[in-house]
Amino acid sequence: MQQFHYLDGLVAPLDRANVDTDLIIPKQFLKSIKRTGFGVNLFDELRYLDEGYPGQDASQRPLNPDFVLNQPRYQGASILLARHNFGCGSSREHAPWALEDFGFRVVIAPSFADIFYNNAFKNGILLVRLSETEVDRLFEEVAANEGYRLEVDLEKQRVTTPSGELLEFEVDDFRKHCLLEGLDDIGITLKDEDAIHAFEQRHRVERPWMFREA
Amino acid sequence: MPGQTLYDKLWSQHLVKQRDDGTALIYIDRHLLHEVTSPQAFEGLRLAGRRPWRIDTNLATPDHNVPTTLVERSEGNAGIKDQVSLIQVQTLDDNCESFGIEEFRINDPRQGIVHVVGPEQGATLPGMTVVCGDSHTATHGAFAALSHGIGTSEVEHVLATQCLLAQKMKNMQVRVEGELGEGVTAKDVVLAIIGRIGTAGGTGYAIEFAGSAIRGLSMEGRMTVCNMAIEAGARVGLIAVDDTTIDYLRDRHYAPRGEMWDAAVADWRQLVSDAEAEFDKVVNLDAADIEPQVSWGTSPEMVTGVGGEVPDPDEAGDDTARTGIIRALDYMGLAPRQKITDIRLDKVFIGSCTNSRIEDLRAAAKVARGHKVADSVALAMVVPGSGLVKRQAEEEGLDKVFLDAGFEWREPGCSMCLAMNADKLGAGEHCASTSNRNFEGRQGYGGRTHLVSPAMAAAAAIAGHFVDIRHFDTAQEA
Ligand code: SF4
Repeated sequence: MQQFHYLDGLVAPLDRANVDTDLIIPKQFLKSIKRTGFGVNLFDELRYLDEGYPGQDASQRPLNPDFVLNQPRYQGASILLARHNFGCGSSREHAPWALEDFGFRVVIAPSFADIFYNNAFKNGILLVRLSETEVDRLFEEVAANEGYRLEVDLEKQRVTTPSGELLEFEVDDFRKHCLLEGLDDIGITLKDEDAIHAFEQRHRVERPWMFREA
Repeated sequence: MPGQTLYDKLWSQHLVKQRDDGTALIYIDRHLLHEVTSPQAFEGLRLAGRRPWRIDTNLATPDHNVPTTLVERSEGNAGIKDQVSLIQVQTLDDNCESFGIEEFRINDPRQGIVHVVGPEQGATLPGMTVVCGDSHTATHGAFAALSHGIGTSEVEHVLATQCLLAQKMKNMQVRVEGELGEGVTAKDVVLAIIGRIGTAGGTGYAIEFAGSAIRGLSMEGRMTVCNMAIEAGARVGLIAVDDTTIDYLRDRHYAPRGEMWDAAVADWRQLVSDAEAEFDKVVNLDAADIEPQVSWGTSPEMVTGVGGEVPDPDEAGDDTARTGIIRALDYMGLAPRQKITDIRLDKVFIGSCTNSRIEDLRAAAKVARGHKVADSVALAMVVPGSGLVKRQAEEEGLDKVFLDAGFEWREPGCSMCLAMNADKLGAGEHCASTSNRNFEGRQGYGGRTHLVSPAMAAAAAIAGHFVDIRHFDTAQEA
């Protein structure tokens, strides 16, 4: 997994609550058996005026000029500013894969859906929860200032605005550690192999019907 | 010591290790797999040179991509005309074969939607932890199994370690007391709950559904309720064990037998929240207040009673809500204050892991019997949740009822719930759907989904627009 320490990035605002994973990456792109290449279809139905399907040449498709990520001022954005309950809906990890492939490393919102929250961190994307008021204000500042950037520091758990204001955020120690170190958590879990075997043996004795060969 | 909730009990029974950083290792008893979210996990496993920890815990079936017409299905995988879908299904077959994982392949009579198949086989048992790379894994909570959806990285993690890294959720109880009115079903109950608490209302919680109205539901109905816990933001939905649970499981293929069955039942009887257990949040609903529900917008919380009307954005609480309603009405092609019963339908879909079990098909057939699908409805389809549900329905003659009424009778799969196969809505088409998500584009590009119960969907197919099932004449015979 990619490490994440610090990012100074351009911010793109997606002013819409309850952005679901179907909107982030529509189902026709879930047929791929790879983890990469989803970026061109991020927010496909909002971004393009035609219907997308796998294997298309995206450069030939009509762009929706009103969609925020198509506006020249947000090209190269690596921080997505969003509204509450971002990432609700399905468990498709294709959603963080698409965000990451497009170039987003940070999403800031007042709240995130649970499964998406897990999936994003496992793919090197930092999700930052700020208060509703703070997010409101960031939306205003982004709209008012072209080229608006934020500095995001995971170690210090804070976001710095261009005026020097510091916004602190919470992130649990384990996720922070994995992201800072770029750790593969299967490797970490397997260090507890003995504990898993011990649990399994006990479990098999107590509840043998959970084991099919029993 | 205060009492434990059902969720607390399930959590502590599977806790392998609590870490100092707040995360825990949780042991997984059942891992269900389908073709969409597993290929990258198997690939990751191979690349790292790892093997599955325990083979017998895994059960796989293709469901999302499979075609549902008899003509296509008669050719097996070769009937999948979309080459990209075909590769995905083939990849599941290959992975299961090379790792020795049990799979119900495309034309195995036991194949079906993974959340219908697990319980039907008795592969989902009370007290288990059940995971699948699919958010509707919440369904299995109807059996007092701690069940939730996971991402593909977690699928790989479970394959490799038989564990999941997790953090304990908070406890919420949703109590529905009293008796449901005639024609009001489990689907209406869960839609009403989502309408009340919102799509993020359950975020961070495990929801236990309780109260006399929940107890009164069959296992099929309970699965419908738990299935949609995720639509309220909760990864986990749970219902305590009682006689209904145990009666359903007796003699299922993977269920224990003989003395082992007796021991299991004794253990399962403990899977209820203690009387003194405290919940972080409690929500109460009165069953008598629940009407048949219809969703009008692009989020499951945008729902109202069939007697109601589409909301007026000018009456929304705040700006975000107002723009949300305006955007939804625009997408749905509806006007503020339009009556729900004035919404005309182009297609009707009865199926999905929410409502494709035998009881759902019986409810829809009861309405359809002796009627005809309205001429204005271009397609009304019934897609059973599994091959076994289909067989049972045919034994009961339900297929004839549907076919006589002008419905299509299909082969099992996810079908138009998310339109990864050929079954989809055209742009602008309104669909009465028994599925669980009305997101933009969910059932096809530009398609407009209205979530309803099977009986309401069948009645809408016949009338061509929504009707209140409580006033629909189901007695009429052809
Ligand atoms: S029926 Fe629909 S919701 Fe259920 S597993 Fe299939 S696609 Fe997902």
